[in-house]
Amino acid sequence: MELPVISNTPTDAGGGGCASSGCGTAPDALSHLPDHIRAKVQDHPCYSEEAHHYFARMHVAVAPACNIQCNYCNRKYDCSNESRPGVVSELLSPDQAIRKIKAVAAEIPQMTVLGIAGPGDPLANPERTFETFRMLSEQTPDIKLCVSTNGLNLPQYADEIAKHNIDHVTITINCVDPEIGAQIYPWIYWDNKRIRGVEGAKILIEQQQKGLEALTSRGILVKVNSVMIPGVNDEHLKEVSKIVKAKGAFLHNVMPLIAEAEHGTYYGIMEQRGPTDDELQALQDECAGDMAMMRHCRQCRADAVGLLGEDRGNEFTLDKIDVMDVDYEAAMARRKQVHDDILGKLEAERAAKAAQVPVHLSIASDARPVLMAVAGKGGVVAEHFGHAREFLIYEASPEGVRFISHRKTELYCAGLDTCGEGGVATGDEPESVLERNIRTLEGCEVVLCSKIGFEPWSQLESAGIQPNGEHAMEPIEDAVMAVYKEMFDAGKLAVPASTQQVA
Amino acid sequence: MALQITAQCVNCWACHDVCPNDAIYQDTPHFLIDDDKCTECLGDHPDPQCAAICPIECAIVDELGDALNPPGSLTHIPIEKIVEMALLPAEYL
Ligand code: SF4
Ligand code: SF4
Ligand code: SF4
Repeated sequence: MELPVISNTPTDAGGGGCASSGCGTAPDALSHLPDHIRAKVQDHPCYSEEAHHYFARMHVAVAPACNIQCNYCNRKYDCSNESRPGVVSELLSPDQAIRKIKAVAAEIPQMTVLGIAGPGDPLANPERTFETFRMLSEQTPDIKLCVSTNGLNLPQYADEIAKHNIDHVTITINCVDPEIGAQIYPWIYWDNKRIRGVEGAKILIEQQQKGLEALTSRGILVKVNSVMIPGVNDEHLKEVSKIVKAKGAFLHNVMPLIAEAEHGTYYGIMEQRGPTDDELQALQDECAGDMAMMRHCRQCRADAVGLLGEDRGNEFTLDKIDVMDVDYEAAMARRKQVHDDILGKLEAERAAKAAQVPVHLSIASDARPVLMAVAGKGGVVAEHFGHAREFLIYEASPEGVRFISHRKTELYCAGLDTCGEGGVATGDEPESVLERNIRTLEGCEVVLCSKIGFEPWSQLESAGIQPNGEHAMEPIEDAVMAVYKEMFDAGKLAVPASTQQVA
Repeated sequence: MALQITAQCVNCWACHDVCPNDAIYQDTPHFLIDDDKCTECLGDHPDPQCAAICPIECAIVDELGDALNPPGSLTHIPIEKIVEMALLPAEYL
């Protein structure tokens, strides 16, 4: 079966096209996908902006070996294309993995998806990986499976992948040009030899492309991840995006390089910088077309458990699952109930949004778009400014609200009473952390949070960002639109065309 | 004739999975090579497989203690940086 090619046409200049699931009238972010793909991803926490508030996923680390070297990876730690570097996952045998997965599925019935990613390449560990998948497809048929790979061994295992309950495969493809590849991959292990430089990169690229074709021709969903490395493959990724979509990848997810010297990676030590939030956003816009999916990707660690952004891995360490006794039959019945309830709720939400008369229709269509940062949790404006470890960035425009990205900040407030007055978590002066956080919010005109202290308030204002604590606990998209409407009514959005800000 | 695994090993399993003689076994604090089973891959492959896939410099040495993957050979991190960052104990450089 051939998967249809996804249009690569960008939205209107200015990126104003409404791509968010939360936008009342415009089609939702998944609507460009053919039905059978949409059905698979609309309730998937990693893909659907709505579903990730309700459905949980987990990863298990069973496949530590790798057959290539990436310059952003230090093998002491996790595979840094999928996981945060510097965090070591708990390595499990296939049997241990099954026990853990059943324990989590019973405790967290919202868990719908199990992934095997790093550390290592699952397909460089075929025995451990496929034994785990084999057991899962027999014993936990209600869990969707997915696997990530660097692609080197992919053509060889396409049939085996097709046999299990595997919902989709993620291939990390950073380039299609071996010269660029040689700057990313110093070597690969292939045909019982270590092959270096351009020659190695060439083989890897060929295998990745063959693997991609092999999977899509078998009807398996393929997502492509790319790591954006400024000055190395940033421009080139636009080309990569076109090619992989033409070959049937349903999604191209561009992730930022994470490279700190203390991670001990080649890039970290050689001071290769990662992209700025703005650069990443611009490239994501170009590669993703109008897809808002994956903007909420958190580059989860290899043994993450639970809802995105809320790791419950600590509750399920080996010693803890050892004493858990799981009746999976009973768990499955309960899981079904919970899933049906969530799906019902999602349906109702989707219907309610469709029925609402959207506020944005009362805003003149030439009003400029505005970026807002939200200290949110679970889809509502929930966090105290000083407690937010990340801000969700939304764009409000006359066409509605769309989710753009999340930006990480440092915790500068250590307690409820000490905001802006010391009590620093990092040991830095409070001002410097606050200043850095404010710099992270560059480009945003408004910050929505549940509460904010005087000190950060005045600093934000002098940086040209308006703090707003009036929408605490309201759904994020409603709050963003309400503030946008206020700005419009106050005449703040009519700016001469020459100075118009392009989102 | 046998190769050996040093304390640099990060227990990544890669060598274990490619050894044609099942000579590599999991141990603490790191993987080890069984002297009696290791043939240095003679007769099976032109290169010792463990050393051809191992991602860690100086983790695999010959009977003289010489690293099959010396400092800088796999990551291309310049030697000065390796020293500066204390990525390898001095005796490996
Ligand atoms: S594929 Fe993953 S584990 Fe292998 S070197 Fe690259 S980042 Fe590391
Ligand atoms: S040299 Fe060959 S036989 Fe010896 S341990 Fe390494 S892979 Fe096994
Ligand atoms: S490949 Fe190298 S680092 Fe990995 S287990 Fe073997 S000796 Fe250790």
